[in-house]
Amino acid sequence: MVTIADYVGLEPAWCPGCGNFGILKALNRALIELEIEPHQLLLVSGIGQAGKLPHYSRGNIFNSLHGRPVPPAIGAKIANPELVVVAVSGDGDAYGEGGNHLLHAMRRNHDITYLVHNNQVYGLTKGQTSPTSDLGFVTKTTPYGASPPINPIALAIAGGATFIARGFAGDIDHLAELIKGGIQHRGFALIDILQPCVSFNHKNTYSWYRERVYKLGEDYDPGNQPGALEKAQEWGDRIPLGVIYRVTRPTFEEQIPALKKGPLVSQELELAKVERLLDEFR
Amino acid sequence: MTIDMNFVVAGEAGQGVQLAGFLLAKVLARGGYHVFADQDYESRVRGGHNFFRVRVKDSRVGAIAEPVDVLIAFNKESVSLHKNVVTGVIIFNGKKIKDTGGDSLFIVPLERLAGDKLMSNTVALGVALGLVEYDFEIVAKVLREHFGTGDVSQNNIKAARAGYEYSRREYKGKISRLLSPSSQEERLLLTGNEAISLGAIAVGCKFMAAYPMTPVSSIMEYLAAKSKDFDLVMVHAEDEIAAINMGIGAAYAGVRAMTATSGSGFCLMVEGLGLAGITETPLVVVEGQRPGPAVGLPTRTEQGDLQFVLHAHHGEFPRAVLAPATVEDAFWITVKAFNLAEKYQLPVIILTDQHLASSYTTVDRIDLSKVTIDRGLLFSGGEAEQLEYKRHRITETGISPRAFPGQSKALVMTDADEHDEAGHLIEDAGMRTAQVQKRLRKLFSLKKEIDPPKLYGPKKAETTLIGWGSTFGAIHEAVDILRKEGASVNMLHLNELWPFQAEAVADVIGRSHHSYVIENNATGQLAKLIRAETGKEVSGRILKYDGRPFSPAYIAEAVRKECC
Repeated sequence: MVTIADYVGLEPAWCPGCGNFGILKALNRALIELEIEPHQLLLVSGIGQAGKLPHYSRGNIFNSLHGRPVPPAIGAKIANPELVVVAVSGDGDAYGEGGNHLLHAMRRNHDITYLVHNNQVYGLTKGQTSPTSDLGFVTKTTPYGASPPINPIALAIAGGATFIARGFAGDIDHLAELIKGGIQHRGFALIDILQPCVSFNHKNTYSWYRERVYKLGEDYDPGNQPGALEKAQEWGDRIPLGVIYRVTRPTFEEQIPALKKGPLVSQELELAKVERLLDEFR
Repeated sequence: MTIDMNFVVAGEAGQGVQLAGFLLAKVLARGGYHVFADQDYESRVRGGHNFFRVRVKDSRVGAIAEPVDVLIAFNKESVSLHKNVVTGVIIFNGKKIKDTGGDSLFIVPLERLAGDKLMSNTVALGVALGLVEYDFEIVAKVLREHFGTGDVSQNNIKAARAGYEYSRREYKGKISRLLSPSSQEERLLLTGNEAISLGAIAVGCKFMAAYPMTPVSSIMEYLAAKSKDFDLVMVHAEDEIAAINMGIGAAYAGVRAMTATSGSGFCLMVEGLGLAGITETPLVVVEGQRPGPAVGLPTRTEQGDLQFVLHAHHGEFPRAVLAPATVEDAFWITVKAFNLAEKYQLPVIILTDQHLASSYTTVDRIDLSKVTIDRGLLFSGGEAEQLEYKRHRITETGISPRAFPGQSKALVMTDADEHDEAGHLIEDAGMRTAQVQKRLRKLFSLKKEIDPPKLYGPKKAETTLIGWGSTFGAIHEAVDILRKEGASVNMLHLNELWPFQAEAVADVIGRSHHSYVIENNATGQLAKLIRAETGKEVSGRILKYDGRPFSPAYIAEAVRKECC
């Protein structure tokens, strides 16, 4: 049985009260409930406070460069599709530096789960604007206010992600369910997680979010794309949480002939076949 | 009489220059001749001026030659651009041309003989081979193999025969040099890119991610085409940054991985190169040089990236840089690159260029039994030990045994941040120093695996010509030309560039009066490397940076001017 003892990592170096703690707890809970053992798991992260998360949980870890967790996660998943691959980023990592990788990973529908800790501000570099900062948000790099933000949910629907959800770091039970759903989903799962930054974002605080978030009910149909796009526009007084869009589409990995025989990592080479290749160049 | 003939097929993009040139090379190779063929093309899909040079010899050939025995010109521009170097005949497709070469200009109604405009290039092939009275059966066989068994094949054979017979009838005796295919030796006709692709497959590469870019796209395409048969995956990534990072992820997960790009794509990959460095992930990167900076001359050749690849990325970490000298070498260098990458857990750069990438050479059939796969030190601990597995364990050699994620209970952890032995990020000064030293220590044993530079000619000579990478064939032949004239010349050629073999290079330079680097760049990047690593200054630099490859005659003439 997998228990919390399997997922005790290093002591986190986050600020006390950081929303990252809630995300870490929710992820660990999801992994335990899905009975995934740490050695079956690959956590790939970028750079930013979110990028440190893998070290505070347990598993195989590839802590990559800023903006780049998605490509190595894809490479590892193709090499060994038996790995449960979870990529972890902040909003700067995912929607800024790594924007192009996100776009194409969604389109190709790689079977990975992408957790984006979205605190609408840069934490590690101490308080600059982020791609998701609210319009007019004043920071040291945007003294006259931030430009309009990216809408990650609408972007993901348009971009072809097949599981798109929004969670809140202040609601661990609900978030753990979303992460479970993302991991179980076959295809690219984007989970955008509202995460208060207690040090640098004094606007979008725990109470600011709590006053606004609500959970999508049974009556909401995440399979309806126009409805999902409409729901994705909701931001401000009311912010929906839950699975906003979900669809089934073949994954990238399912469509690769070489993977039908099992993971690449356990396949052997036949030199005799190479000999035949040479004949083509006579 | 020795055979050394030069055919040039020229025309605009879209006229079938490439195919006619390739088929000509193939037919000549099949007849037992040695062939070297290079391609000169512009960055456009239609129009412009392209040509394909095919040099045929009855002994080994590794370079182009300038005098043209047979020029096949598909348009007027091709005649005016090449006629100055034509010493033989011109086969011109058309009706009339003002600017004639007198008796040597053969106006051939290619389109009429073809019966179909699309096949005029095949007719031209027949005309050229008819001129030298080649065995038509070989032509037919190659066309059949190339086009398959259907109508296209039959029509092309018919078109070639029409050209061949026309030529035999109209131009009999007009050319004194004839080619009579003899031996049925099993040589292969390969480009540098094909050799790299075959090397990668033969040594067990299972994953490639790349973004199309001249001159390496054909490596991607070849691996993609063979991916089903060889259980490998080629991902056409969204950009070069993604490509190198996907490769790193695949290699981390336990498969042999590569990427390929040109110099300007490599600019984007530089960030990832250092990631492979600090995470000690084996990765093979093919860097196909073309003239820069920025877009430069995208379809042409240069050796301008040597210093770039040696130093690319911030910080310090070990890497290997190998620059194949010939098509055959490209195969074996690729095999070695994958083995070194895994053995020393670092990025290995195969530094090639457009000239090698797209030039065809005949090579003896590759002996695959000589291919070895060395995956380096792999972790095979017991259950208890696996819980303590440390990916970056500090060892005497600097090499830590690798485990692959998901293949055992061992957790494989690594980080782009400086990390401890387990792979967790750290700030500690002592561990930082220890990890830097551990990584750099790998260079000591890596250096012992680097082959010494190749010496050609007398051990001691007055003049030494020093080159690296794809210039091997041209310098080699220049040495032959100069020695025939009585000059005391030898050649030192480097194909395994880093870690640098300083002692061997210094030794040869020390024995000659004059030493000249010959490089396809403007600043003499190898000369700088030699000075930095040996403290020795070469006597001179023979440089070419017009985007075109060296010919042996060009080098010989430059050497005569410099020293003799």
